[in-house]
Amino acid sequence: MALFDDNIRTQLTHILDGVKNEVNVVFFSQEIECESCSDAHQFVDEICDLNPKLKMHRYNLVTDAEKAAEYNIDRVPAVVMLDQDNKDTNIRFFGVPGGYEINSFLGALLEVSGERQDLPEEILERIRKIDKDIHIQVFVTMSCPHCPGAVITAHRLALENSKIKADMIEANTFVPLSIKYNVSGVPKIVINEVHELLGDQPITAFLDIIEKI
Amino acid sequence: MDFNLSSSLFVGEQKFNTFEPQKTYDVIIIGGGPAGMTAAVYCLRKGMTTGLITRQVGGQMAETAGIENYLGYRYINGLELADKFHDQVLQFGIDFENDANVTDIKDGLIKEVHLDNGRIFKARTLIITSGKLSRKLNVPGEKELTGKGVAYCAICDAPFYKNKKVVVAGGGNAGVGAALDLARIATHVTIVQRRDRLIADQVLSDKLKHYENVELLLGHVVKEVVGEHHVAAVRVENRETGELLEIPADGIFVEVGSIPNSELAHGLLELNDKNEIIVDEFCKTSKPGIFAAGDVTDVPYKQIIIACGEGSKAALSATDYILSNPNF
Ligand SMILES: Cc1cc2nc3c(=O)[nH]c(=O)nc-3n(C[C@H](O)[C@H](O)[C@H](O)COP(=O)(O)OP(=O)(O)OC[C@H]3O[C@@H](n4cnc5c(N)ncnc54)[C@H](O)[C@@H]3O)c2cc1C
Repeated sequence: MALFDDNIRTQLTHILDGVKNEVNVVFFSQEIECESCSDAHQFVDEICDLNPKLKMHRYNLVTDAEKAAEYNIDRVPAVVMLDQDNKDTNIRFFGVPGGYEINSFLGALLEVSGERQDLPEEILERIRKIDKDIHIQVFVTMSCPHCPGAVITAHRLALENSKIKADMIEANTFVPLSIKYNVSGVPKIVINEVHELLGDQPITAFLDIIEKI
Repeated sequence: MDFNLSSSLFVGEQKFNTFEPQKTYDVIIIGGGPAGMTAAVYCLRKGMTTGLITRQVGGQMAETAGIENYLGYRYINGLELADKFHDQVLQFGIDFENDANVTDIKDGLIKEVHLDNGRIFKARTLIITSGKLSRKLNVPGEKELTGKGVAYCAICDAPFYKNKKVVVAGGGNAGVGAALDLARIATHVTIVQRRDRLIADQVLSDKLKHYENVELLLGHVVKEVVGEHHVAAVRVENRETGELLEIPADGIFVEVGSIPNSELAHGLLELNDKNEIIVDEFCKTSKPGIFAAGDVTDVPYKQIIIACGEGSKAALSATDYILSNPNF
């Protein structure tokens, strides 16, 4: 059975009409011990089917270990987004981006394709100046209305500066990880393992922390 | 699997215009919840030059999981309804400012709206529809343990309380709704309610009876949230006897009502003792040309359908004000 009904499919097609350049969507899964992998696969597959500019590439975490290492993937389901030239944008989705999170997934596709809203010049300037390796992890649940905002902001930072990596992590899919970072409320934003933000924070709040690292 | 698609996130900028500082608008609406968006549709259809400034689209409605009392939809997700409203507003080509925070308004024949980023916009009339924000408990431990067991969004955070014990502070619709969400997941839910009965709609309270793991603690108030790195217990007080009780809990969901976003009107408009903007039956405030509608006002009962009705009324009053004012 299809994940998306006709109504959502029509809306999705309309939104994805905005895709400018090709996007390479790299999907990792594994056969066993991954409850959500088949849903995630179907999700990515059905979305990429809606627009010929969206190219899906499927790999197995175990049998394609080389690819997994290349993109630094150690858990599944995972999505890596590459631009039209197969350049890694450092945007990752771990877990199914269902529920409210479909919005951050669509947002990432559009932004990677080159369809971006302008950011104020002073913000861009601050992002460009970041020269340390930054890793942003945004923990979400699918039923959280404020979460996509935080994910979209983190991913945007990654797009603007290759020093920055940004992950969406569905907290219930990766319980040990959520426990490791004491996640009991979402969105929870963890920057370079130790710095924390809670809620759909503005981009300036991310930058305030990053600049102090 | 459900998908809460928010198509308005992806509308191209061509659908609305950005604000123009040199323009004098017929009306500027402050707040993009149900009241503000309904007001916008009415103003635009009347041909008023209209601008809408808001922090976020949809207001509290966009954060509601399911709405069952907005007629025309037996059940609709709040974000979806907010999207439909937004779509209907954008069809007219409105001047729209999202992610913007109004800090101050200045009265006069031409009124000024000041934003926190220093920009100023001008209008002949204003409609304030800035709604409400959820209230905090303001007790020791709350701030320190926010995100560490103190939670404000049951639909977001309920999944973390699987097989755990939680407290819900508040026995209104939001509190009982949160308790119902949690009862399916947690081992035990204690509702702490200040009054001696629940004040939620009967249909909601009735649903509680299906859960044996929900306990009611009426006539009690939360005094403290206890815990070192994470919530461990909630200290409550019996309002009658003053007796203190400690409820062991892994989390507390705060649903104790809300406070009006009326700071921008402080010192300018008459407010009641709850800081709500006082309006008459035409949505007029204490200053001519400034109207208000929805949850930010002293109109009783805070509901989407009421906010919409009030928003439309404020728009029609603002139109009348301009048409009948010889200065314009
Ligand atoms: C959890 C929950 C569940 C609910 N369920 C229901 C339900 O099932 N049915 C129902 O009818 N009602 C329900 N309600 C109530 C309903 O959501 C509100 O009555 C309604 O949203 C009020 O609309 P409003 O436009 O007056 O204000 P709001 O919805 O509060 O919108 C105000 C808007 O103004 C913006 N704003 C505020 N201050 C500023 C500022 N200074 N500058 C710029 N923008 C500003 C805000 O960001 C927001 O977008 C629920 C509320 C909650 C919290």
